[in-house]
Parts: sequence; C-alpha cells; structure tokens
Amino acid sequence: MDIQISPNKQSSWFSRALLKGYLGRGLLLLLGLLVAIRLGTELFHNPQLFVQQIVNGLQLGFVYALIALGYTMVYGIVRLINFAHGDVFMVGAFVSYFAVSRFRLHLWLNSVAPQLPNALTLLVGTISVILLSMFVCVLLGVTIERVAYKPLRDAPRIAALITAIGVSFFLEYFGALNFVFTPNFTTYQRPFEVTTWYIKNGIHRLPANTQPPSGSILFSNILVIIIITSIFLVTLLQFIVRRTKIGKAMRATSFDKPTARLMGIPVDTVISVTFAIGSALAGAGGVLYAIAFPQVFFWMGIIPGLKAFVAAVLGGIGSIPGALVGALIMGQAEALSAGYISTPMRDAIAFSLLIIVLLIRPTGIFGEPEREKA
Amino acid sequence: MKLKVDRSALGFFGIAITFYVITQTLISLGVLNDFWMTLLRFGAVLAMVSLGLNLIYGFNGQFSLGQYGFYAIGAYSAADVTYRWTQLHSASGLVVLLLGVAFTGLFFLGVGNLLKRLPRMDTLSAFGLYVIGTILAGLLAVLLGKLFIPPITKLLLFIPEAIAAQIVFLFAVLLAGVLTAEVAFLFGLPVLALGSDYFGIATLGLTIIVKVLLDNSDTMFGFQEMKGARGMVGIPQLSSWFWVFLFLMLMILIARNLLHSSYGRAIISVREDEIAAKSMGIDVTHYKTLTFIMGSTFAGLAGGIYAHINGFLHPDIFNFIKSFDPLIIVVFGGLGSITGTIAAAFGIYMVLEGVLRLILPQGFETWRYVIYPMLLLVMMLLRPKGLFGTFEVPFLRQLLPPPLRKSPGSLENDHKVISPVLPTSEGG
Repeated sequence: MDIQISPNKQSSWFSRALLKGYLGRGLLLLLGLLVAIRLGTELFHNPQLFVQQIVNGLQLGFVYALIALGYTMVYGIVRLINFAHGDVFMVGAFVSYFAVSRFRLHLWLNSVAPQLPNALTLLVGTISVILLSMFVCVLLGVTIERVAYKPLRDAPRIAALITAIGVSFFLEYFGALNFVFTPNFTTYQRPFEVTTWYIKNGIHRLPANTQPPSGSILFSNILVIIIITSIFLVTLLQFIVRRTKIGKAMRATSFDKPTARLMGIPVDTVISVTFAIGSALAGAGGVLYAIAFPQVFFWMGIIPGLKAFVAAVLGGIGSIPGALVGALIMGQAEALSAGYISTPMRDAIAFSLLIIVLLIRPTGIFGEPEREKA
Repeated sequence: MKLKVDRSALGFFGIAITFYVITQTLISLGVLNDFWMTLLRFGAVLAMVSLGLNLIYGFNGQFSLGQYGFYAIGAYSAADVTYRWTQLHSASGLVVLLLGVAFTGLFFLGVGNLLKRLPRMDTLSAFGLYVIGTILAGLLAVLLGKLFIPPITKLLLFIPEAIAAQIVFLFAVLLAGVLTAEVAFLFGLPVLALGSDYFGIATLGLTIIVKVLLDNSDTMFGFQEMKGARGMVGIPQLSSWFWVFLFLMLMILIARNLLHSSYGRAIISVREDEIAAKSMGIDVTHYKTLTFIMGSTFAGLAGGIYAHINGFLHPDIFNFIKSFDPLIIVVFGGLGSITGTIAAAFGIYMVLEGVLRLILPQGFETWRYVIYPMLLLVMMLLRPKGLFGTFEVPFLRQLLPPPLRKSPGSLENDHKVISPVLPTSEGG
C-alpha cells in the first residue's frame, strides 16, 4: 500500500500541525504547564508548607514502595496481578497490632534485661515486631501461592487472576468476622512514643503538646523509621536480586521460564521465594503504615494495595527501581493533590496521572518495551 | 441448514417467552414476593453488564475492568433525566442529554471524516481533537437546550402522566446508553492501544475516576440532585420486569447477531492472534474499538435500568471492588460463552444474595462472603475454563458459513463449530 507520508503541499498549516501530532503534545504540555504553574506559585507563596507536603508525600511514598515491590516482583516472574497482596499487607498490620496491643511483645527485651536503656529496648522491640509481621506474612504468602496459584500455573492466566481476587475477598471477609479482626476500625497502639522535630534555623525537638513555631517544617521519628527501614529493605532486595544465586535464578525465571527450567533452575522454588520476599516486604509495609496512620481495619489493604500497584505500573512493572520511583511519585502526587488541588479528588488525580504516563510511555517509566510475540 | 437455524431460534424464543410469561404470572398472582423479584431484576442487570464484558474480554480478548465505570455513567445519567422529570417536572435533563449526545455524535463524525483525510495522525492529537469537540458539543447543548426545554416540557405534560413517565424512562435509558458509547469511544481511543494488562489497569482507573467524580458530583460539579457521597434518592422505580427482560433479550440478540456476522469472526480473530489477524487484512484497532464501545454500551444501558429498580444510587455501588463481579461472572460462566454468562450472572446473584441468605442461620450472614471466595477458588482449581466452558445453546452457537465451492470431502464439515479457544497467556 502506498500511503502518503509527507503532507500535501497545498494542505493548510492546521492539518500539517495535526499530522505531526503537535496538538496532542501541545495539550499535554499545556496540562503539565498548568500543574507546574500551580505548584510553582504555591512554592513561591509558602515554601514551608510546600516542603511539608513533600515530606508527607515521602512518608507515604516509601510505604507504597514496600508494597509495590511485591507486586512488581510477582508480576515480573509469573505475570500475575496478585490482588491478594494488599490483604497480605493488611494481615501484616494486624499481626503487629496483636503483638503490640495484646501481647506487648515489643517490650520483650525489658523482661530479659531490665537494666538496658529504654530507647534501646523500644528500638529492638519495634524491629522484632516488624520481623514477626514479616515472618507471618511470608507464611501466608507462600501458603497462598501453594494453594491458590501453583495448581493453576498451566491454566489460562485469567484463572489465576480470579483465584487471586478470590483469595483477596476471602482474607478480607474472613478478617471481618467477629472473632478474627472484627469489622470495626481499631485504634493502633504504636510500639514507641512519637517524637516530633521541627526545622527552623536548625533542627529542634518539639516538646509534647506545644504548637510548632510558624514557618517551620515538622517531621517525626515515624518518618525517619519509615525511610530507614524502606531504604534498608530495598537495598537488601536489590542485593538479593543482583548478587545472590537465588536472585540470579529469579532473573532467569522472569526472563524465560521454560529455558530456566531446562537449565536446572528449580522454577517452583524460585516462584515461592519470590512470593515469600514480596509478602515479607508487604508485612513490613503494613507495620509501617499502621505506625504512620494508627488505625487498623480489615479493608485497609485495598486502597494502599491499589495505589502501590499503580505505582508499580507507573514505574514499569517488573522493575525494582521502577517500583521505588513510581511509589515516590505516587506519594508526592497524592500529598500534593491533597494539599493544593482537592482532597477528595486525589484518587482520581493519581489514576489520571497513571493513564497519562501510560499514554506517553506504554510500559511505564522504567519498563522495557514489550517483546513481540513470536 | 436453514430449517435447523429456524428450529433453534424457535426453541430459544419459545423458552424465553414461556419463562417471561411464567414469571410475570407469578408476579401478578403475588407468589413471587418483592425480595425475589428484586433479585431477579438485579440478576438480569448483572447479566447485561457481564454480557458486555464477555464481548470485550471473552470474544475480543481485551482485559477490561472498566465495566462498572460505564455502568455508573449510565445509571447516573439516566437517573438524572427521570429524576428531573418526575420530581422537578422539567424536561431539562432529557433535552440537554439528547442535544449533548447528538452534537457530540455529530462532532465525532466530523472529526472522524477529517481524520480519514489525514491518515497517520498521532493518536494523542486525534484524542485532543475529539475532546475539544466534546467540550464544544456540551456547551452548545447547554446553550441551545435553554430554548427547547419549555416547549418539550409542555408537550410531555400534555400526554397522560404514566405514559409520559414511561417515554422519559425509555429515552433516558437509551440516551444513557449512547452517552456511555461516546465516553467509551473517547476513552478507548488512546487507551486501547496499550497492551493487555495495561489496558486493564487503565480501565480500572476509569472506574475509580468515575466513582470519585460521582462522590463529588454535588459539591464540585453542581449536580445538586445527585447528592454526591450521600447517595441519590427519589428516582422513580420504573424498571418493571417487562423492561428488564426486554432489554436483556435485546442485548442477547444483538450480541449473538454481531458475533455471527463477519464482524464477529473478525472480533474473534483479534482475540486469537492479533498479528495474524492484522496480516489477514483485519483492521485490529477498528474491531477493538467497536467491541469496546458495544460492551460498554451494554453496561451503560444496564446502568440506566438498574437506577430505576430500587430508586436509589450511591457511588459506593460502583466501587472498584464491585467491578470484579462481572469479571468473576464471565470467567465463572466460561469465557466466550453467552449462555454461561447469563447462567452465571443469575446463578451467582441468586445464590449469594438469595439462597445463602436464607439457609445460613441468624447472625451468620457475613459468612456468605467467606463461602463465596472459597467456592470461587475450588471452582477455578477444578474447572479453570469456567462452568460452561465454551458451551452454547444451539441458537447462540456459531456456525461457519458453508464453503463457497463444495468439494466432496467437505460435506460433513458444513456445520463445523468454531472451536473458541481461551485467550492464552497474552502479553507475555
């Protein structure tokens, strides 16, 4: 077929502009410019508030990153959108709730060695609570994989997706039963006291029950803990995937499953390990989320899970740095749109951002272009 | 061969009409109480939505989670029209929606013609043009609508009240369907170019965006009667079993005839192998868009009917968690099986909301959502191809057209059923 490639000589400037795709790009540019101007004026008018929103966004973004990593790893290996992941996150939060509020496990060091300083006890206690949640979530994640996904490995992909939705519903509604997690909101008791600092001419500690001086930027030890834990876990994950033998096996399996099996890689074990790692990260994310927003609820996994999933897609699903970057972008988008555009609209804005990014880069920011089917 | 098709059609319509007559008599006699009646109608509406999804996903292989978004658009737009008529006695909703839909359609045709003269145009630019056209059409409809509202209101007031309500209802549902089709076209234009999973995620985004917009419909968009997150009340309950059944039958027929035409074969070929279909000269984008619009329109029409069953709408009804329902139904019944979809829609709804509610002891109602996912799991593990697989009742079963030149060996292949294979792992 002979399609005319170059525009006609006699065509107007309008049709030529249309042909080159200036209109679409122009509209997108206009949209981006509007957002930039809005944010820019806010930054100019009230820089402290702007930075404060960024800090809030960071806190959210790092929690999303932990969940998004699980999504992205599982998708990268078995091409399955694991809808039950958000509920594993919820279970992680509940495990820490029971550990802290009911059994006071975060004080275990105190009963072993009471002479140690309080801060050290709490630090070790918090870390052990996180580890406990991660452990329970690993068990849960591997069980889910064995029961619900493994028998369907050769079935059409949609069957596994439906079981994922089924597992998600099961965890939610089973959790909502009265003798499990109850269908109510429960206040979460943090394992440590919140300490707030403010930044104004240097970092000062904010005494309890006082107002911070105007024009200062607040941050708390929650933010510090979230960022340190997330960065540590992401680095550990990157190390596992890039430097260890199992990581190598994971990459090979994700690249080509049948060939990996031919090369002697135990594909089923690798998939289980992937689910285990993803669930562990989700468990840690659940604890951190509950610490940041002290409330646990049987449906709490859905919205963060979805946002994290969107973050994974935004960054390019299957890519670990992509998940981190996507999650940070999602956190910022949510905090900034809640702060400057409209709080009730923030979910719509996050999803519009996703759709726009997908239109420009169809496989996400760090995603590799899809390989053509042979 | 002609006789055979006729007989299957006769059987199908015979069963359908008998079913309708029986249920209608039971309703008139008061045997079927309100509870079961409502369940039956909700089941039918869910069947319509799932049928639309089956077109998109089961037959065309496009993984869409946006069905409930379109459902919500249809429900709210139809409800707004009838609400304005019965509660405010003004035809403003009807007139503005009619004009808006008509102008948007005209603009779309105009832009489409322009695009035909400019092939190779960037999708985003085309999308931009369409969006500009839609906005202009909307403004024009609101401006011109002011002229037409009083005469049309007077005209409708002239007709007996009950008949006028039915007319407004019918128009509202149909216009809601057309509006949904236009939204689906506009949304599908850029998004359908994405790969399978990404398309699913983008449509999931649509569902969530629509829900959030409806949550803020009164505060940010000025639709006071929709009452935002408080839920819309006072919608006339006009969806009788007659209308519900009629629409369901029409949709089954439309879906069946579409799939049995050459269009249908093209649609299925896109599902089987996009690249092969393209190399056979099939315009893949065209058929994807067409199916997406058809399926979404079904959802929109179903929404219009749904709104008038209970007379109550709330954005949470269209929550994205619920948007998995049609997907579950379609897979449960069997991808690419109209019979399976209808049976699964009624079956799941009746069992979940009806039977389990009755047989579970007092205080254990919440357990039905624990049982349901377990059933789903067991079902998927035992029959991953769905309850009905690709089974169809004879009337809906697809026959290949007889070969043009009959060779002696191909006689028994006359009525070969196309073996609809499930979409295998796409996008991998």
